[in-house]
Amino acid sequence: MARGQLSAVELTRSCLDRIDTFDSRLHSFITVDEEGAMAAAAAADTKRDLGDEGKLLGIPLSIKDLICTEAMATTCGSKMLANFIAPYDAAVVENIRAAGGIMVGKTTMDEFAMGSSSETCCFGAPANPYNTDFVPGGSSGGSAVSVAAAEALGSLGSDTGGSIRQPAALCGVVGMKPTYGRVSRYGLVAFGSSLDQIGPITRDVTDCALMLAVVAGYDRRDSTSVNRPVEDYPAALRKGMDTLRIGVPREFFQEGIDLEVEGVVRGGIDMLSDAGATVVEVTLPHIKYGVAAYYLIASAEASSNLARYDGVAYGFRAPADELLAMYKDTRTQGFGEEVKRRILIGTYALSSGYYDAYYKKASQIRTLIIEDFKAAFCDCDVLVSPVSPTPAWRIGAKTDDPLAMYLSDIFTLSTNLAGLPGISVPGGFSGDGLPIGIQLQAPHFHESVLLRAAYNLELQTELANHLPSL
Amino acid sequence: MISRQEVEHVAHLARLHLSADELVRITEQLTTILAYADTLAAVDTDKVAPTTHAAASTTAFRDDIIRASLPLETALANAPARDEQNFIVPRVI
Repeated sequence: MARGQLSAVELTRSCLDRIDTFDSRLHSFITVDEEGAMAAAAAADTKRDLGDEGKLLGIPLSIKDLICTEAMATTCGSKMLANFIAPYDAAVVENIRAAGGIMVGKTTMDEFAMGSSSETCCFGAPANPYNTDFVPGGSSGGSAVSVAAAEALGSLGSDTGGSIRQPAALCGVVGMKPTYGRVSRYGLVAFGSSLDQIGPITRDVTDCALMLAVVAGYDRRDSTSVNRPVEDYPAALRKGMDTLRIGVPREFFQEGIDLEVEGVVRGGIDMLSDAGATVVEVTLPHIKYGVAAYYLIASAEASSNLARYDGVAYGFRAPADELLAMYKDTRTQGFGEEVKRRILIGTYALSSGYYDAYYKKASQIRTLIIEDFKAAFCDCDVLVSPVSPTPAWRIGAKTDDPLAMYLSDIFTLSTNLAGLPGISVPGGFSGDGLPIGIQLQAPHFHESVLLRAAYNLELQTELANHLPSL
Repeated sequence: MISRQEVEHVAHLARLHLSADELVRITEQLTTILAYADTLAAVDTDKVAPTTHAAASTTAFRDDIIRASLPLETALANAPARDEQNFIVPRVI
């Protein structure tokens, strides 16, 4: 576009055409704003003619449907918010607009981001673009699908226990969860407030660095936002690997991991080693308690955050003659089953008599997991591991077994418990042609090192910008 | 082990109804999930402080300055029931 060979209008039109062609099968969007996107594209072309060089000028992007936008509904994949129009833009949406980005639509997701397959979405689930009988992962499934299928060139998702990285891995794209506090969550619909983080899903690591540079930074409107300078992430990529130490956590290669996934991850470790990195084995002894601790903490926080959906000020309201009945009928009819299940687990874990045994215990285990990571990062700069223990599974295979679904997050959720940055990079394919990702994790605010390792891995795998045949 | 009575009580606290079928199914699922959560009991955490914020160690403070809030019409725009300046709810008492 800078060379005048392609206009924002042409590029946006081509994304909208791909949505028209493929989205009846892929269902990655809940809302598509064709009119708004084309108007923004025309405005971007005018700005470029006037010399504007916004970092995302004229780039069509999709936004997960729990990030507030004034121009489009924000449904969170829930009947509860089916008609909700946010009164303000999220901070990241302001950032995207200021950088000249174009929002083509809002993407399908597990209801209130609670799920690992996007199947709990109340408006129909998205499908994996590499095989539409398989799930795309979740909860940011629609975002990952839209990027994999080039319906958008990048997307913003949210990651509470792996919800950016896991769908990115299952759909063969790059997905990054920044450090807790790195990106403002003002205007992000809350799920687990001590865990939630917004991050980019992109077609390669360079785009990921570019999008992160646009959305990262301090925001006084988010009290968990951390006031630290934003590094030049795109510039950080091109340093080599020769000074980096790669840690391989012993525990991540022990139980329940698919052999093809293990093969791809070990292949990635060899590639990083060939690129000059030193490989060391590290240990995370408490990581095996991560899933149990995570689901108690995340559900407890969810039960508190979702108390606001009472039918009073916005969202769905069931008709009733009396206030308590209105609360109960509204919540019973407005929430889907997985959301109710987590509210119940969380309410129980916080209730009198069980608080110490569940919520407090889980928060103490969390401290031990954080200490494990701190110790491991004394010996290495970046940790490498699988993202998901298996490639994508068939639609419906885990919907009746919540615990099996929770266990699919085993490699990603400890990143959120510890507040670390993590990234999923495409690593290869299963024998069935389904994508397999490799996860990298780094210490707090070491996004530059993380992206540099990811970029060097991507150079070796040569899987950047891979497109499924649709 | 969580009983059906406990699940019903927790559902009331969370302002949810459960049908008879849901109560049976969710009690079974919560029993399985909580049994898994009970594996945490094996870890000695007597001297471990709980974590509340994973990355920052200080509380965010700001000056107490009055700022503009949402305009009334914007705040009421999504209301399920309203009049000129109020949310309308069913009878409370």
